[in-house]
Amino acid sequence: MARETPAGDLRLADLTKRFGVFTAVDDLSLTIEQGSFFALLGASGCGKTTTLRMIAGLEEPTSGQVLLGDRDIARLRPYKRPVNTVFQSYALFPHLSIFENVAFGLRRRGIRSVDDEVTRMLSLVQLDGYGNRRPAQLSGGQQQRVALARALINRPQVLLLDEPLGALDLKLRRQMQIELKRIQTEVGITFVHVTHDQEEAMTMADTVAVMNAGRIEQLGAPADIYEFPATAFVANFLGQSNLLAGEATGASGGDVAVTAHGTRFSVPAGRSRADHGPVHLGVRPEKLILVGSADQVPAGHQHVTGVVTDASYVGVSTQYLLRTGWGTELSVFAANSGTSARVALGSEAVAYWDPQHAFLLPRDAADTDRTSPVLDEPVGASS
Amino acid sequence: MTLLAPTGSGHPPPAPPAARSGRRRLLPYLLLLPGAAWLLVFFGVPLVQLAAASLYDPSGSLSTGYAMTWAVGNYPDVVQAYWPQFLRSFGYAGLALVLALLLGYPLAYAIAQKAGRWKNLLLVCVVAPMFTSFLVRTLAWKTILSDNGALVGLLRDVHLLAPDGRLLATPFAVVLGLTYNFLPFLVLPLYASLERLDPRLLEAATDLYASPVQAFRRVTLPLSMPGLVAGTLLFFIPASGDYINAELLGTPNEYMIGNVIDSAFLVRLDYPQGAALSFLLMAAILAVVFGYLRRAGTEEVL
Repeated sequence: MARETPAGDLRLADLTKRFGVFTAVDDLSLTIEQGSFFALLGASGCGKTTTLRMIAGLEEPTSGQVLLGDRDIARLRPYKRPVNTVFQSYALFPHLSIFENVAFGLRRRGIRSVDDEVTRMLSLVQLDGYGNRRPAQLSGGQQQRVALARALINRPQVLLLDEPLGALDLKLRRQMQIELKRIQTEVGITFVHVTHDQEEAMTMADTVAVMNAGRIEQLGAPADIYEFPATAFVANFLGQSNLLAGEATGASGGDVAVTAHGTRFSVPAGRSRADHGPVHLGVRPEKLILVGSADQVPAGHQHVTGVVTDASYVGVSTQYLLRTGWGTELSVFAANSGTSARVALGSEAVAYWDPQHAFLLPRDAADTDRTSPVLDEPVGASS
Repeated sequence: MTLLAPTGSGHPPPAPPAARSGRRRLLPYLLLLPGAAWLLVFFGVPLVQLAAASLYDPSGSLSTGYAMTWAVGNYPDVVQAYWPQFLRSFGYAGLALVLALLLGYPLAYAIAQKAGRWKNLLLVCVVAPMFTSFLVRTLAWKTILSDNGALVGLLRDVHLLAPDGRLLATPFAVVLGLTYNFLPFLVLPLYASLERLDPRLLEAATDLYASPVQAFRRVTLPLSMPGLVAGTLLFFIPASGDYINAELLGTPNEYMIGNVIDSAFLVRLDYPQGAALSFLLMAAILAVVFGYLRRAGTEEVL
């Protein structure tokens, strides 16, 4: 049966799903390497869950292909696919014991002796001895692990995780993130993880795809995406960015010159996604350093001046808001490492940065400065 | 059963004065009182009286009066005389139950899971026939199935029925009547169970290699068990004791035990026999119900 065929990469080719006039997934193409931990990251309604459901077979694509190796599984019934899902609601069978829940997939495929496998699986998710209980007798975290064991026991070629940690509290979530990553490394199965929690995606995944409005905005290793986002959406969805509206005036000598709010800046050509026309000049808040006056800015750095309008002390860092001359409030995160003095509220200050840390993105002509982050959704929100 | 268990044992009131706690402990019993009194007067007493009547001397009559002779022989006598009607009652009720399940389960499932905004309307349609009397509905069937009716004419024309064949006054008509009349009692509890069924569980089942048939057997069916058990009981118990359908849609050849009891009390005026039959019917139904519940094994019902 399916598990005998050589496993391969999971490829989505021109995958589209429309519900009436609404396009949930818009001509999506991507390749998920075999054995990798892949995260689909996006706000609710961006099409990430629909994508997952099309891979699982719970939703039929309007057009396009889902290829596993070189086999198109897009039109196979869900029970004929070598793919299993960990559902957001867990969807454990309330009338069956934990043992029978985990054994469900094996039994449906006519495998008789399931005891060893189930016991092994329960101990992998650290639920030894829980076999006789009912799902209702378990805590949320334990139920989550049963759902994982129930899917993993089938040794699918691809394991789909639909916001599996959404219903857990923060501490348990962190713990399960590490746990999931450990299990993935151990079993070596391709994991496709859907989440709206950027930190969760960055912690666990090898590759992250940021989705917005049914399309992929950027795909890559978490650090690459964070350090050099491709669009303004990504820059503010994955972490936070200060994006200043400016005009690029062309590249010269490895740098792109930008004029923003009357000041000239430059960005290395390698960190520019546009070299003329309207652009966003972006710097991450933690890459900005706050000093009292312009003469403290080291050579080769660029700066803006402003007034500190807010300072929130959050333990590991202090988060400042710096209101610039043209009214935009920039975020500045200063690590509380004890090496620099705190800046007083209401005082004039200068924020400087190394041009190597800045990035340049194309901008719609009508777009202005963007500094506020995309607000995190409440925990447990579905998409 | 739990009704009579003293409540409040698990949560004592915080340091109450003795009188108040006493009154509070009495409250559940006070609330039970009206219902219990009603049951005692209108069910308990007649039941005892009926039990007594079933043991009267069978040679007595209404005019000469009955003597209490502990005539246990009444029971074997009625079994010997009326066992075909007993068997027929359970046979017809069982057949009707099978038919009702075939009609009712898909119906309840469709209303609960697939009807969307039509759900309430469809539920009303299931219950609507109950707005008219049981008797009127059964009489309506008598018209539908009558020899001169359109249905019989059509069936004769397409040769599904012999030229002199009929529907009325056959076992078929009686079973059909039972199925129709008691169907809502099966559908409603089933609907209540299936309505709570989380469709995501079915998605999970198909994701875990269950074909639609397997998903039904392993997930839908077990999870609808409470409704199924309650529904089959609510259907089977009144159906097996029914006499209207056999009376109106059948002939004496289709008479069920209800008809015999009816005539023992109202036509032949043989009270000991009628009472003994009533008790036997009750015992038989109880035996069937307990046997069934033991096999179905749902704790939720009892």
